[in-house]
This record gives sequence, C-alpha cells and structure tokens, in this order.
Amino acid sequence: MNESILNSVLLLVSLGAVTALVLYVVSKKFYVYEDPLIAEVEGLLPAANCAGCGSPGCKSFAEKLVTTDDISNLFCPVGGNEVMKMVAEVLGKEVAEKDPTVAVVRCQGSCEVRPKTTEYQGPKSCAISSMIYSGETDCQYGCLGDGDCVTACKFDAMFMDETTGLPVVITDKCTSCGMCVEACPRDIIEMRPKNKRDLKVFVGCLNEEKGGIAKKACAVACIGCSKCEEVCPKDAITMVNNLAYIDPEYCTLCRKCVPVCPTHSIIETNFPPPKVKKVEADKVGEVTSVNLVKDA
Amino acid sequence: MLKTFPKGGIHPPENKLTSSKKIKRLPVPKVVYVPIAQHIGIPAEIIVDRKDKVEIGQVIAKSGGFVSSNIHSPVAGTVTKLDMVIDSSGYKKQCIVIRTDVKNESNFQDIEYPLKKEISLEPIEILKRISDFGIVGLGGATFPSHVKLNVKEGIKIDCLIINGVECEPYLTADHRLMLEKAEEIIVGIKILMSALHVNKAVIGIENNKRDAVELFKHLTANEKEIQVAALQVKYPQGGEKQLIRAILKREVPKNGLPLDVGVIVHNVGTIFAIYQAIQHNQPLIERVVTVTGKKLGDPSNFWVKIGTPINDLIEEVGGMPEGTRKIVNGGPMMGKAIKNTDVPVTKGTSGILIINEDEASRGEAKNCIRCGECVDVCPMGLEPHLLMNLTEKGMYEKAGQEDIMTCIECGSCSYVCPSHRPLLDYIRFGKNITKKLASSKN
Repeated sequence: MNESILNSVLLLVSLGAVTALVLYVVSKKFYVYEDPLIAEVEGLLPAANCAGCGSPGCKSFAEKLVTTDDISNLFCPVGGNEVMKMVAEVLGKEVAEKDPTVAVVRCQGSCEVRPKTTEYQGPKSCAISSMIYSGETDCQYGCLGDGDCVTACKFDAMFMDETTGLPVVITDKCTSCGMCVEACPRDIIEMRPKNKRDLKVFVGCLNEEKGGIAKKACAVACIGCSKCEEVCPKDAITMVNNLAYIDPEYCTLCRKCVPVCPTHSIIETNFPPPKVKKVEADKVGEVTSVNLVKDA
Repeated sequence: MLKTFPKGGIHPPENKLTSSKKIKRLPVPKVVYVPIAQHIGIPAEIIVDRKDKVEIGQVIAKSGGFVSSNIHSPVAGTVTKLDMVIDSSGYKKQCIVIRTDVKNESNFQDIEYPLKKEISLEPIEILKRISDFGIVGLGGATFPSHVKLNVKEGIKIDCLIINGVECEPYLTADHRLMLEKAEEIIVGIKILMSALHVNKAVIGIENNKRDAVELFKHLTANEKEIQVAALQVKYPQGGEKQLIRAILKREVPKNGLPLDVGVIVHNVGTIFAIYQAIQHNQPLIERVVTVTGKKLGDPSNFWVKIGTPINDLIEEVGGMPEGTRKIVNGGPMMGKAIKNTDVPVTKGTSGILIINEDEASRGEAKNCIRCGECVDVCPMGLEPHLLMNLTEKGMYEKAGQEDIMTCIECGSCSYVCPSHRPLLDYIRFGKNITKKLASSKN
C-alpha cells in the first residue's frame, strides 16, 4: 500500500522535474528579447484596443512608438495629449499635440422632417443599404439610420434615438477614436474640436442638391442660400456644391450664422440660452437637437 | 433528355405573361435622359454641350477607355441640359437630357429595315463598327461587346454560343425578338462567325419557348454550321458559365472566362443590335423592353428608345395599378427595385416588373436552420450560408478563400431559403469589399 503511494509520488516528482528541465532549456534556447520599454509604454496606453490610432491594438501601437524614431505623426486619440506626454517622457521623443475632438453627427433628417418615400427590407446595415440604393428617403446624402456607427463604437458613446431615427453622440463618453467616422458610408460623422464647455457650431446637413430639391427631400436641409457665408465675420464659412461648411479652425463660435439660416440647418450645442429677442430664442431651441446629448 | 447544367439551379414560376404579344413601338418620348454610364467599365465622356442640336444616332458621349462604349443620341433634338438624374442604382448620375424635335421627321421614320443577307464588311471593319456603334451585352450585364470580341492572338475560339435562354421569370423580350427577327438574328450570327473566323455556332433556347426552337430549327435546316439546342427549363441557365456547361459540357475554370474554353457567348439581343449596326448602320439607340406585372392592364413588349423615362412605359400599359409596392428594373430574380418612375431605360433594361403588395414583402429573416438548401441550389457550387456568415463577421479574406468572387449573384439561395435570410445581400456586400481589398493590395 505504502509502496504504491511512494511509487506514484516519485513518478510525478520525476515527471515534473523532467518537464521543468525541458521548459527551462526551451525558454533559454528560444528566448526572444523584447524591449522592456514596450511593456512600459503599453501600460500607459488606455488599453482600449480601439484601433483609433491606426494600429490594430494598444500593444502594436506601443511597439510602433518604441521602434519608430520620429513619432510626431503618431497619436492616441483616446488617451489624448495627457497620455502622449507621458509616452514622450518615457521614450524621450517629441510627440505631437492635438486639440481634443469629439464626434458630431451632421444630419438632422429625423423621421418627422425627412419623410420616407420607400421601404427597405434587407439587412439592417448602412454599408449594405448604401450599396444597394440611396436610402429610404429622397436625400442621398443623409443618415441611413441603420446604426453602423453605433455598432462600431466600442465606448458606448453612441445610441440610436428612436424618435428621430438618428444616432446621438454622448460627448462625455466619446474618445474621438474615429471608428464611427470610418463606419459611416456617407461620411456624416465628423470630428470637431471639443473645447472646455463643449461648445460647437456646425452645419447639420450634407445635401449637395440645389435648394428646391434639397428642401423637398428634407425640411432642415442646407439649401445653399449663402446667408451664413455673408454674415460670418471671420470668413469661416465656405459654400461648395450648394452646401455650407464651417471651418472649425477659423470659427470663433460667435453664432451669427445660426439665426440667419432659413432652414435651421446650423446646429449649436451647449450654449447657454441667449439673451436676445424671444422669437430667435424659440428658433434656437428648435434647432439644438444635439442638446439631447447632455441629458443622455 | 434535354441538356442542362448539372449543379444546382431552381425552377421559379415562369409567369411569362407577354410571350404571345407582339413587340409594339413606343411613341417617341418628348424628353430623353441618356445616362453616360450605361455599361460596365469607364463611363463615356460627354462631347455635346447645352443647346447643341443633335441628330438621331449621333455620338453624344465618347468611349472613355478600352472597357467603355460610345453613346448615341436616340432622338433628333436639342440638348437641354447636362444634369444629374436618378438611375436604377438609386443615386444621381450624370445624364444628357435631350428634348425631341417634334418637327424633325427622322424621329418618326420607320426603323424597320428590310432583311439584308449579304455581308459586305471585312472582319476588322465589323469589329471596329461594333465598338464605334456602342454595342454592349444586352442580356443584362452590359459588358462592351468589342472587349468580348477582342480575342488575343494564340487563343483559339471554336464555338460561338447564342444565348436565347431568357431564364428570368416574367421577361419575354428575347423570346419575342427571336420570333419576330429570327432571320436577322441568323444573319447576325453569320456576321460574328465571319468576324471571329469560327465555324460553329449554337443557339441555346429553353424548352418553354418551343415556338422559337421550332422556328430556328426550321430556318437553320440547311445551315450545317448553326445548330439549335433546346435546353431544359432551369434558372440560371442564362448565366454564361451555366450555358456553356449545358451546351458543350465544358467547365469554365473559376475566375476564368469563356475564352479559356474556346467559347464566346452573346445574347440574341446583342446579335440583333450587331446586325442592325453592320447591315443598316444603326447604332444601339433602342432595345426591347418587357413591361409586365400580374395586375397590369395590358402587359406588353416594346421597342423603346434608350433614355425613355420608365413612367412613359407604365403609362402605355394602362398606368400604375393600385396597390403597387415595388417596381423592378429587370426580372424578379436579378432585377433591381427602383426608387421612382423617372428612372430612364438604359441599354441594360430588359424589363420593367410591377409587383403588387401581396408579393412584394421579403419575409422576416430568421435564424439559419442548417437545411443546406442554399448549397444544393447554388449553380456555382458555393456555400452561400457560409459566405453570408463570413461577411457578417467581417472575415472578408476568408470569404475570398471560399470563392465569394465566383458568385454570379443569381439569387437562387435567397429564393429557396426557408428562413428568408438575406444571403445575396451579404454576399454582394462581401464581394464589393473583397474587390476593394484586392485592388488596394495591388
């Protein structure tokens, strides 16, 4: 009885010893040197593996940061300047500094203002429906409403608003990784600078049609009237293909363009209620559908 | 036993409502919208300007490259604008808008020419004219014909196949054309045979068009070189690879062309267009379109000028029936639903199908029950359920390895799926992405 216990103990111990020896030899023989810096840098990164930087994950981005000499064109959008500064300290290299950005949805074509003219019964995916045709409404530029951006967001920073049928960005959660921008087949989502109070003024429309056609398809479409362009004191607004675009680089957020837009297609977010005339205040209230963001 | 392809295939209800109706001529439309991208390949380049006067058959857009095609004015009139107009893809595309000159008599002259049998052109001239006169494959793919006929030296072609299968339900455009223009088509075949130096041609016709089979057999009784093959009725027999397999028992290699097995396939409509171009100097400015649907007052076949708004066609058959839910450009299997009736007829429009609400719905997609029906019916021997899953999960590379690119998009898999899964939608999407990935790699 004792002998059988002893035998099995001996057998297992010797088996363990042999295996340990083999493992030791193998680990020495096939040892691959890895720069300890890589692990250190990876520790600094947000570990979100969102691929917003262009690398498939944080580990490979860390490798890239360590092995590349000039890292001024590499940037982790999720970690932002803070993380990049720490990375710079560890590596002793110069890094770029970027203003924080946030995703905005440049379409206000809710079910109410943009009537559906057809019905699509295929798979619920913007990529597929945009490949098949121009969408359920008459606007071939606007949101398709199948939520590819929401699926792409790995930070739960987007959701589909059921009443409007449009995606909404939760600004506080948005890390500006840019996955939604890539997922949108219509390029509706744009990264715009995020200042301290998250104030933004932008054109919530991408319709390049002439005024009449655009307005027929969607009540809040930009009709290309150029009124905003005329009123802008900083020449931040340009009209291309019957569509206004506000360049965030020059825009001072003065909001003079907002009340002049006849179709309310310019969106302003998170501004305190203006102290101007009451009529205009009403209009502003209508337009700021993106104000929902804060409440959500 | 009739010939057919061995692998897969389905037999949907034929519903050929218009097979006994003569092709009527649609009145010349007041305005035509001629898109510059009517063929596969590079869009043509516009060479007219606003307010230009154009003659019937004048080149208005020039071929933009080798895989491209000239576009001719279908009417005599004035170019009113160069505008973006919604085409069957649902997106706005560049179009030349021409207002028909009602005083110009050439618009209303009879285009029915007497039969002309003797061929006076040399092979080189024939090929040049096919290219100049904007002939593209009228079976639906609209591939420029001169590219297909441009056989490189060293490749031996021993058989020309004429596709008169018309396996799509509802459509009868080719069927009627074969019945009414049989002799012209035979001359057209001879033209191509002399241009390609081929001495064997086979006309493939499905057996549900018995009258066409008999007619061609009768007309070619004394012609040893031209044979008629009656084929078993099975969709998608009109696919090039399926047709070659059915008639000659030759298997076109995957990712290969019919040229690899020494065959060129042309649709009967294309053959007739070639006949018109060579014998009567008429470029491709009109085609046969079947306007059909169960609820339509008078479904018919028409000779239609390219660029005619589909609305004109629907008006001609008694207007849009009540309860219409879907308008399809093409047949029910491979056609494309269109967004509005201002879409113009292009070189690839073989039919307009109007579907009522009780047949328009797709049914809710449920989970795959692994019955394997889609695998059984796939004529290319693919596994549609697998391709769909791979595309859904974003595994495009793996989908490429599973030969997603060989899919001919016949839609048999979606048709038979008892769970109404949108198999073809995903496969098409996967093909698109795979194509993009492949081109970005190169």
